[in-house]
Amino acid sequence: MNIHVSPQPTDTADDGIAPGGVLMEVRNVSLSFGGVKAITDISFDVRKGEIRAIIGPNGAGKTSMLNVINGFYTPQQGTIVFRGRERRAMKPHHAVRQGIARTFQNVALFKGMSTLDNIMAGRSVLMRRKLFWQMLWHGPALAEEIAHRRVVEEIIDFLEIQHIRRVPVGKLPYGLQKRVELGRALAMEPSLLLLDEPMAGMNLEEKEDMSRFILDVNRQRGTTIALIEHDMGVVMDLSDRVVVLDYGKKIADGPPDEVKSNQQVIDAYLGVAH
Amino acid sequence: MGASAYADGMDTFPKFLLLNAERFGDRPAMRHKDFGIWQSWTWKEQLAEIRAFAMGLQALGLKRGDRVAIIGANRPRLYWSFAAAQSIGAVPVPVYADAVAEELAYVLDNAGVRFAIVQDQEQVDKIRSFAGEIHALTDVIYDEPRGLRDYDHNGLHDFEKVQHQGAALLAASPELGDAWEAAVRNASGDEISVMLYTSGTTGRSKGVMIKAINAVSAARDTAAFDKLSERDSVLAYLPLAWVGDHYLNYAQGYVAGFSMNCPESSETVPQDLREIGPTFYFAPPRIFEGLLTSVTIRMEDAGWLKRKMFAHYIGVAKKHGEAILEGRPVPLGGRIAYAIGEFLVYGPLKNVLGLSNIRVAYTAGEAIGQDLFSFFRSLGINLKQLYGQTEAFLYVTVQKDGEVRADTVGPAAPNVDIRITDAGEVQFRSPGQFSGYYNQDDKTAETMTEDGYVKTGDAGFFDKDGQLRIIDRAKDVGKLATGALFAPKYIENTLKFFPNIKEAVAYGDGRDFASAFINIDLQAVGNWAERSNIAYASYQELAGHPEVYRMIAGNVEETNRRLSREPMMAGAQIKRFLILHKELDADDGELTRTMKVRRAFVADRYAPLIEALYDGSTEKFVDTEVTYEDGRKGRIKATVKIMDVRTFAAESAPAREAAE
Repeated sequence: MNIHVSPQPTDTADDGIAPGGVLMEVRNVSLSFGGVKAITDISFDVRKGEIRAIIGPNGAGKTSMLNVINGFYTPQQGTIVFRGRERRAMKPHHAVRQGIARTFQNVALFKGMSTLDNIMAGRSVLMRRKLFWQMLWHGPALAEEIAHRRVVEEIIDFLEIQHIRRVPVGKLPYGLQKRVELGRALAMEPSLLLLDEPMAGMNLEEKEDMSRFILDVNRQRGTTIALIEHDMGVVMDLSDRVVVLDYGKKIADGPPDEVKSNQQVIDAYLGVAH
Repeated sequence: MGASAYADGMDTFPKFLLLNAERFGDRPAMRHKDFGIWQSWTWKEQLAEIRAFAMGLQALGLKRGDRVAIIGANRPRLYWSFAAAQSIGAVPVPVYADAVAEELAYVLDNAGVRFAIVQDQEQVDKIRSFAGEIHALTDVIYDEPRGLRDYDHNGLHDFEKVQHQGAALLAASPELGDAWEAAVRNASGDEISVMLYTSGTTGRSKGVMIKAINAVSAARDTAAFDKLSERDSVLAYLPLAWVGDHYLNYAQGYVAGFSMNCPESSETVPQDLREIGPTFYFAPPRIFEGLLTSVTIRMEDAGWLKRKMFAHYIGVAKKHGEAILEGRPVPLGGRIAYAIGEFLVYGPLKNVLGLSNIRVAYTAGEAIGQDLFSFFRSLGINLKQLYGQTEAFLYVTVQKDGEVRADTVGPAAPNVDIRITDAGEVQFRSPGQFSGYYNQDDKTAETMTEDGYVKTGDAGFFDKDGQLRIIDRAKDVGKLATGALFAPKYIENTLKFFPNIKEAVAYGDGRDFASAFINIDLQAVGNWAERSNIAYASYQELAGHPEVYRMIAGNVEETNRRLSREPMMAGAQIKRFLILHKELDADDGELTRTMKVRRAFVADRYAPLIEALYDGSTEKFVDTEVTYEDGRKGRIKATVKIMDVRTFAAESAPAREAAE
């Protein structure tokens, strides 16, 4: 089949960034809600091809940070450079177009729709034929749908969820819903994947499965990943570099081993009075 | 024996591969659901795939007589590996994919395999973790490259690359292909076709060697018996390493030329079954049980009209279904009611279950309950029983169409001789019979009689109509202290016919009375608990619930009532039982990989519980080590209750209270 699929946002080859080069940089970002300072003057970078973890105790500003990267919040100060382009304000759908996809702390899927349809929905942003053609479901729109379906089937195979292809997502156990959500994010073929607590609420076996899928996404598909996670064991095993936030400030940044032995990090997690 | 019945020289499976590519060239030989679509290969294409892979194997240095392990799920490439290995005179040795690394390493080393063809990273990891103990192994070939990219590829190969290399060699020098084909045509049926490892109900597994000519003859006999042809199709979902899968799908498939369909994954089997609608089907009783349980549960959740309609027409089927299936006379009114039922209930039900096109279905491995058996037969599904074992290359007995009963396993299969010894043991000689255990001549000698019969180790007898009835493993049949016959499996099977009871282990040899361990069926009992508003957090909690105990006690009592009607079994009724605090599990060594209870092991492991069954205590504390799926160990502690049950006098004399 020679069907042309719309240009991928993940033109990983021609963004001019070599593996290990800086894919995204957060420069001196501050964010506050009224008088509450959620993030104070934070800078760090995400290199192409790595798994980057953002950790910190509750209320440290992790999700806010993700929301800034994602374009959901606009920081009062600072900028974000993504693939060499500097920006300050952006809408989430622009972020998607630029190749940033994310999953949420609470599963964000269409509960009444099947696994397949949910993941297909993840591709809608890449569909070129607009409403009229899609309603006709004929000619170019049909060809396009077949091409997209192929990608979706590859994701279903990759995540080993063939058996729930036709099952409404609301009927699935939580661990599988999380996997479908990951599939929905992968469907956008992002160059940067943001995962907000991918293991939250999972049992040990589900965590191990999810860890394996995250590693596989990174290694096999070459997707750069930035993740927030509470489970320290998981973070230290999975990530290449870790940035630690506490009360909106960056207190450490480096490889897991280095971060683990950092006194400030230990204090933050053990809860020392500020 | 029957091996000489075919004088056409077709005595190996690769010869049938060539023949099928000629006679059924454009008919489908193999299908596999991948990326949500059924991909298919004709016999011609399958021949090309196998030939290219065989060339690749040869290029890697595989030689005549080498042994090749095949480990993984039902996938086309693994099935092709059988024929590819056989075509160059190597011996395929399928191994259970869910075996833990240590078991796997034992079999691989015992079989002396040089090559292993495996499905994925999981199997590669298992082999690598015991690499030092699999002495003859030189090369591992994997089907799915996922996760293996960064591995050291010394002695590790991608199936696709091996096959490509083979294809390239063929393209460069076509005479290689002719030489290969000539070698296949000249091969002798006296060579070993396959080595199948027993599941190891008793001790370590043994490698059962089957000669090509025996394998082919047996398969041709039974394919003719059931009139299997190239128009049939099967869903290949049984464990690759089990004789049943190798025989029913591979061996019969090659001689009859029918198509084999590989499911997308083990979890999608019910869906794949529905899409393929096979004509020939095998499932162990527990799968039929699972089907019936899920149908029952779903009907309970249906609206009243559907429930009523279902109940009514299942009643009609019960009355006339089997008679219609067997062509016995049925009143016109019955036929009309059944036809309406077929339209309204049976047809749609069979369609949902994927059993619409079934021409012949078999069950074996364990006893099947009369109700369960009749349920499927009354829907118009030609479900029959067979009895067999690895040493026979499956078939020993098989039921004929129209002469089918739940409590027997049928008369001898075509060209099979059966005799019952004075001690009651079943012995047979058959076309497919094995030529010995690999490297274990002492064990072979133990199993064979001097006049060439194979000892099955099963106790049984022939019913008046010439059908064999199996009671139990011969060595398990014992006596109570009272002198009454104690056949544990018979008791266990009677217990297991209750949907609430998933597994049972009976004890009593040399004791005053019979007793039993019980595993409840989490699906059935869990569903019942939900409907009865009983809250539970785990298997353990549900198993210990007083209401559950009461319900199971009712089932045990009914079991005793049934036993009391069997003159031979009435003496060994269950006086006391307990519900185990954990499910018996193959990972803990309590079950074999084919899910059969390892009685002696269980007895040893739970010795304190058995003592408690006989010392009159009403509860007992136990602390058990368990193995999780990833190999880590944990402990389960529980206080297990023990309950007394009513027994019944032999025959249908009035019941009497006992042990209370």
